[in-house]
Amino acid sequence: MSAAQWRRAMNSAATAAAPTLAPLPRRAQPAADAPRASTAPSWPARFVARIRARHVVVLAALVAYPFVASPFFTYQIGAQALALGLIALSLTFLGGYGGMVSLAQMTVAGVAGYGVAVFGTSSAAAISLGWPWWLASAVAIVLATAFAAAVGWLSVRTEGIYTIMITLAIGVAFFYLAQQNYTVFNGFQGFNRAGAPEVLGVESRDPVPFYFATLVCALAGYFLVRHLVRAPFGIALQGIRDNPRRMASLGYAVTAHRVAAYAVSGLLAAVGGVLMVWYNGRISPGTVNLGAMISILIIAVLGGMKHPIGAFVGAIVYVLLQNFAIDLFVRERFNLVIGAGFLAIVLFSPDGLLGLWAKLRSSLVKTQTPQQTRRQP
Amino acid sequence: MRETKRRIWLRSVVGAAATAALMGTAWGQETLKIGLLTNLEGPFAVPGQDGFRGADMALKEKNGMAGGKKIEFIKLSSDATPDKAVAATRKAVEQDKVQIMIGPLSGDEGIAVKNYAKSHPDVTFVNGSSGAQATTLVDPAPNFYRFNTEGAQWMVGLGEHALGKGYKKVFLVAEDYGFPYSQVQGFMASYCAKGGKVVDKAWVPLGTKDYSSIVAKIPKDIDAVVVVLGGSDAVNFLNQYEQAGGAKPMVGGSITVDQTVLNYKGKRRESLLGTASAGPMADSIDTPEWKKFVADYKAQFKDGFPSPSLFAYLYYINTRATLEALDAVKGDLSNGQKAYRDALQKTSFNGPAGEVKIDANRNGVGTTYITEVTKAPDGSFYNKVVKTVPNISQTLGLSEAEFKKMGLGSRDVPDCRK
Amino acid sequence: MNRSSRVLLAALAIAVVVFSAWAIADNASLYFKTLLNGLTLASLYFLVASGFTLVFGLMRNVNLAHGSLYLLGAYVGWIVGEQTGSWLLAVAAGFLSAAVVGLVMQVLIFRHMEGQDLRQTLVTIGLSIVLADLMLWGFGGEIYTFDPPPLIYGSTVLPVVEKFPTYRIAVLVAAIAIGIGLWTFLARTRVGMMIRAGVDDRGMLAASGVNVQLVFAVTFAIGAGLAGLAGVVGGTALSISPGEDTRYLLASLVVVIVGGMGSIVGASIGALLIGTAEQFGLAYAPTYSVVFTFVIMVVALAFRPRGIMGRAA
Repeated sequence: MSAAQWRRAMNSAATAAAPTLAPLPRRAQPAADAPRASTAPSWPARFVARIRARHVVVLAALVAYPFVASPFFTYQIGAQALALGLIALSLTFLGGYGGMVSLAQMTVAGVAGYGVAVFGTSSAAAISLGWPWWLASAVAIVLATAFAAAVGWLSVRTEGIYTIMITLAIGVAFFYLAQQNYTVFNGFQGFNRAGAPEVLGVESRDPVPFYFATLVCALAGYFLVRHLVRAPFGIALQGIRDNPRRMASLGYAVTAHRVAAYAVSGLLAAVGGVLMVWYNGRISPGTVNLGAMISILIIAVLGGMKHPIGAFVGAIVYVLLQNFAIDLFVRERFNLVIGAGFLAIVLFSPDGLLGLWAKLRSSLVKTQTPQQTRRQP
Repeated sequence: MRETKRRIWLRSVVGAAATAALMGTAWGQETLKIGLLTNLEGPFAVPGQDGFRGADMALKEKNGMAGGKKIEFIKLSSDATPDKAVAATRKAVEQDKVQIMIGPLSGDEGIAVKNYAKSHPDVTFVNGSSGAQATTLVDPAPNFYRFNTEGAQWMVGLGEHALGKGYKKVFLVAEDYGFPYSQVQGFMASYCAKGGKVVDKAWVPLGTKDYSSIVAKIPKDIDAVVVVLGGSDAVNFLNQYEQAGGAKPMVGGSITVDQTVLNYKGKRRESLLGTASAGPMADSIDTPEWKKFVADYKAQFKDGFPSPSLFAYLYYINTRATLEALDAVKGDLSNGQKAYRDALQKTSFNGPAGEVKIDANRNGVGTTYITEVTKAPDGSFYNKVVKTVPNISQTLGLSEAEFKKMGLGSRDVPDCRK
Repeated sequence: MNRSSRVLLAALAIAVVVFSAWAIADNASLYFKTLLNGLTLASLYFLVASGFTLVFGLMRNVNLAHGSLYLLGAYVGWIVGEQTGSWLLAVAAGFLSAAVVGLVMQVLIFRHMEGQDLRQTLVTIGLSIVLADLMLWGFGGEIYTFDPPPLIYGSTVLPVVEKFPTYRIAVLVAAIAIGIGLWTFLARTRVGMMIRAGVDDRGMLAASGVNVQLVFAVTFAIGAGLAGLAGVVGGTALSISPGEDTRYLLASLVVVIVGGMGSIVGASIGALLIGTAEQFGLAYAPTYSVVFTFVIMVVALAFRPRGIMGRAA
């Protein structure tokens, strides 16, 4: 229910149940309580009021990017970073706001990806069902979300720290299942030419249309997370992260909230997974192996798990490193570089690159007026 | 006011830096760039470096030039997953704008790169060392060339050799994925046809280390065990088989008793001696071309293996074919590279391990060497060539009709239990 | 144990009995060989997992660098074994080197992150990535095998199964010995008493005047040392190469999740379950044997979320 309805329900229940007492002196008229709730600004108005110049600049840059950058950069750097960032966003939501760090987000994305390949078109004609792309993707996303909820149900009934271990084990189990099974998952080689849709005559795997598709999904995911963490559900989730016992004693269904959080993050990861399988044009067990699972964690932590934008910042840095490390330094030690960077971030700046940026900003900009201290990107 | 200006300045600087990083500029193209993809991470990280060495050797033989232009390799790495291979290839083709691409290393990467090649008909793709049958047999790409033979071709002739040694009934242990399927098909194509029986097949999931239960399943009434495992899996199996009292002779796949396995750091087990195997090359080929190849490798690469590995050899012949075709058309890559591709189709030369040429399907036709593990005078183990089988094509010695009927190798194909 | 668990347990027991009867009738030698293989693999898993569960039980630290410690102990042990020619020295070296590294990790890093469970875990993940790549750089991708003394190498003849690798019997014996030793250490010595008290209530332990940081350091060192020891022992059975660290980390995770965190007895039960399931899977249904272990884990979690012997934290 919305915040306004909750207030009304509480107030009406209170006034109905309370014994008659002498009215307490009040500053404002009691009757103003009810109409005040309905004259609060609607959410679109509030949204517009919070837009700042930098938001417009960033959005304009994102929209203009494919027209100024080369096709390779648009596709392999831009679109890939947005899709990976969406999967990492699911982890940021679940881990940063829900306190449950799950290593199975890539697995959920993989389930959605395999769903697209199995239900849609691919080179393994014996297995793929050949449904139209929108149906295959929708079914794949629903399946993956259900899978995420099941993973959540298994993991949430114990302490938070178990979650990493259990989700890691589940993810690896799925990897082995995909590798060994040939009837559904086509084993070690996976699916090639997993169908990317051709919508309205536009081949969606061309760099510019695909970039915009991923941009729309990434923006939708970002705004969904931003909205959710301010809604009662998100606030309750953060409360559960901070003190589950207190929330339980207040009457919140802790387990249900947690499983719902898994489902929401599963939805985000599933959309990211569909985008990834369209991006690669293929899926195989290698896409969901241990390295890929840990990469999502690295991306989320690298960017900073306290803000949704951190997932995308981390994804951009990761994709750039992955593509250009071989030109800059010895490619063989890529893992060492990424691992050392991750270690340094966790040891010295637990809030990731965004935390570093915040510290840098506060040290370079000496005085700040009170209203500017509580910035969140 | 000053604070606001400073904030704007700081953000603009960061924004400009980010924009510059993400733009991507194309650098100048004076020389001819050829993309070169191998594995520098993952399970083939160490042998993958040998791929670069083989390609460098081929380029050095031509003094760095081909077709009248200076050749520059754009070196790329993957980790044996098809996704990374395609990503690296895409970077080379779309960002570095190479016109010829050599690679990848492993079988499944090859299938993925072949599929990518279909969407870029203006670039010529030459194989590195990938040896999956499906790359050229299933839905081939007209701009993907493979001058080496593939996994199934590498085992042709081993079947007859095994029968010649008296192994009429064998048990098979192999890893459960595409490359061993091809290898087993190559072995069984002639083995079954000439009367051999493969009593049962144990397909082991990739990454299994503990073979004790598989060893327990090996029946007593067989003549030999055919083992198609690679690297450390082969070492583990051999040790565990010996410790469990197994004494049957072994027949190995192309990577079961190769250099990495014979050179593992630990006590060499005498039970390895006499193991028959087959492959497109062997350490001990007795021709002047091979000896020169080994000498060149040793002279150029002090940090390489004691003798060039399979990957060095395969990358060498593919790179050499690429460069020789460039010479034949004098560097003319115009008109959709038509003249170049015609030259590639006609390219053939006498490589270090036999003749190198391709068939009408752009797949290599070559020689297979049957070897046996022997002890050298200094106590180390090596593979001694006992037979040479030339001119093996993808139909594995069968007629085209018979081969089509058999289909590609899989868990149950071919089958000759009775 | 509630009713549904009892029913499930009974159903499982019946299934196991039926299967065993069929398998023995079909091929008795294979069945007992597999059983023995499962027991010996379980003993190896127990050696690796016991250190992991000890560290978590006391310090609530999910040490995901445990596999890297295994591999590190194995490599160092190999070098020592090569230089001195003695396998026993290699085992000792494996234990000591991993213990030292573990001690350093605890004192330099984890001590300053008391109470931040998630951050500690993330640090261990980063450490494992860095250590794995450093070891790949230093030792290369080749395969390393050990050379145990001839006394425990080769095959012994046993009833029913005929020839069985002697070394695996030695591992079984060693694991039982170490298990009993660990249990005695925890149950009968003062330090063990302090560790057990710390597992139950860390605050009280500190309040009663015990140097908790010292106890932590000793525990981490022992846990890491056990991983290194298992590295040499396991490496002798199954050779060493890059990638072994993730393999044994995953095995420890599953064993400890199933058996219960912080409990040595739980680790042994979990190891038994997982080891025998893996071997029987490989022998009778090889295609999905790897998935079996995880299916067991999922089922165990569904019914006993804290593991079989786990207790509420």
